[in-house]
Amino acid sequence: MLSVIEVKEIAHLARLGIEDENVSAYADDLNGILMLMAQMSELNTDGVKAMAHPMDQVQRLRLDNVTENNQRDYFQTIAPQTEDGLYLVPKVIE
Amino acid sequence: MHNKTITELAQGLRAKEFSSVELTQHFLNRVNKHADLNAFITVTADLALQAAQLADVRIAKGEAGLLTGIPMAHKDIFCTQDVKTTCGSKMLDNFIAPYNATVVDKLNAVGVVNLGKLNMDEFAMGSSNETSFYGTVKNPWNKNAVAGGSSGGSAAAVAAKLAVCVTGTDTGGSIRQPAAFCGVSGIKPTYGRVSRFGMIAYASSLDQGGSMARSAEDCAILLQSMAGFDAKDSTSVDTPVPDYCVDLNKPLTGLKIGLPKEFFTSDLNADMAATLQTAIEEYKKLGAEFKEVSMPNLKYAIPAYYVIASAECSSNLSRYDGVRFGYRCENPADLNDLYTRSRGEAFGKEVKRRILMGTYALSSGYYDAYYLKAQQVRRLISEDFKNVLSEVDVIFSPVTPTPAFNIGEKTANPIEMYLADIYTIAINLAGLPAISIPAGFINEMPVGLQLIGNYFDEARLLNVAHVYQNTTDWHKQSPT
Repeated sequence: MLSVIEVKEIAHLARLGIEDENVSAYADDLNGILMLMAQMSELNTDGVKAMAHPMDQVQRLRLDNVTENNQRDYFQTIAPQTEDGLYLVPKVIE
Repeated sequence: MHNKTITELAQGLRAKEFSSVELTQHFLNRVNKHADLNAFITVTADLALQAAQLADVRIAKGEAGLLTGIPMAHKDIFCTQDVKTTCGSKMLDNFIAPYNATVVDKLNAVGVVNLGKLNMDEFAMGSSNETSFYGTVKNPWNKNAVAGGSSGGSAAAVAAKLAVCVTGTDTGGSIRQPAAFCGVSGIKPTYGRVSRFGMIAYASSLDQGGSMARSAEDCAILLQSMAGFDAKDSTSVDTPVPDYCVDLNKPLTGLKIGLPKEFFTSDLNADMAATLQTAIEEYKKLGAEFKEVSMPNLKYAIPAYYVIASAECSSNLSRYDGVRFGYRCENPADLNDLYTRSRGEAFGKEVKRRILMGTYALSSGYYDAYYLKAQQVRRLISEDFKNVLSEVDVIFSPVTPTPAFNIGEKTANPIEMYLADIYTIAINLAGLPAISIPAGFINEMPVGLQLIGNYFDEARLLNVAHVYQNTTDWHKQSPT
């Protein structure tokens, strides 16, 4: 069972703000979902290979050539804050 | 005009009975008239009329295909260049996509008219369209009922005849369930059949785009122009696309249909069982043979799905950080505050729930117990399907346990909402194609039947659906 403190830790790992008054509701929801997920333990999966792609296709590779044009200015028109082609964030290093 | 099929409209356009501009204006009028359904997030009227003018030129020059000049709309999960693309989220309320999804490009190339962007559950996480930042879509058959989700706007738009055909996406049933709830047809193709490039990711190993329309034939026509290999999608499968229309009328004599005994239990709602039985009898008349089949691992599909989908969602949605695009909180104190508050303020409750669940499932010490276990369960479920599809041509099943439920009825309990996806989720885990078509009514609300096929057997599913629609008229019923 996940405690309220653990839910806060998970939220921190996900960098996800959750209002204090809602943490226990999330804990209840997640514990319910974990109980649902626990049903999988009934099934013996020893030696079963994990399935990541329906056709077991592996990641396709291509030659390491430049294929895209530089569209930085265009892409930055939708950015929250930019300056001189850079994305601005609050100061990280004092 | 709004009652015609794609083929009929294409003939009308060529015969100059009406122009694409007139047709487009007619549908735009309908979109406005039925704005209360909340099916659209963004209506692109000016762009649509410009596209219609170009389509009319192509038609006049004799350079038109079946879809040229046909008014359709995209689920707001497909990026449309210079047009707002929200994915149903406050996070992307200010996002003007800087490029087109491959599906959008392909359909533009054949000259469709895009009327706008359709409402959906936030980041496609939901089964009722109630998680959308833009509000719930109403079911055209009963405005107190949900339209289903996550492609709820897509299904409602087709049912209310606000667009001839639409795109949708399906991660755990998001095309098939709303199609069933709104009495329309919708196909989720084989994983890898339709490019995911520019289709905003939720659970990348399960997400698949598809077509929705009022008939299997129209779904086939739209899918024909959506499907195909795309070098920009690394999970796209390089297999030729067959002609989805050429065998639509192929007789079903000798077709072997499997009935999974795990789906037809005493738990199945009696009205639903009776409706499906009527469809089974119809298929027998058409020459199909039914056989009971067993897929013992199906009952683990929901837990495995919610582990895999949540894990992939937590990873995919980590890109929304308030830095390069999307929502940014006011006056962040520091970088961590910027991330945490931007995400906290812009994601809705269901998205947060799944990010938390996925983050936990992928965290150190729990990975094997959840994600690895779920991927092993996924293989066992997939093998169940492979075994059955070596004995039968298609599998027949319900789409949903009940007709559309009322708005607000299941929002308090997320698990109850998850369990309603029991008949659709396993198909995404296996990556198989499946189609949902109207099969009747329960309490004056439409319900669907589902046909599941082998990998890349979309043409057969469309054929099996179309032949049924030739002798039934459930798909021709319209809400008043």
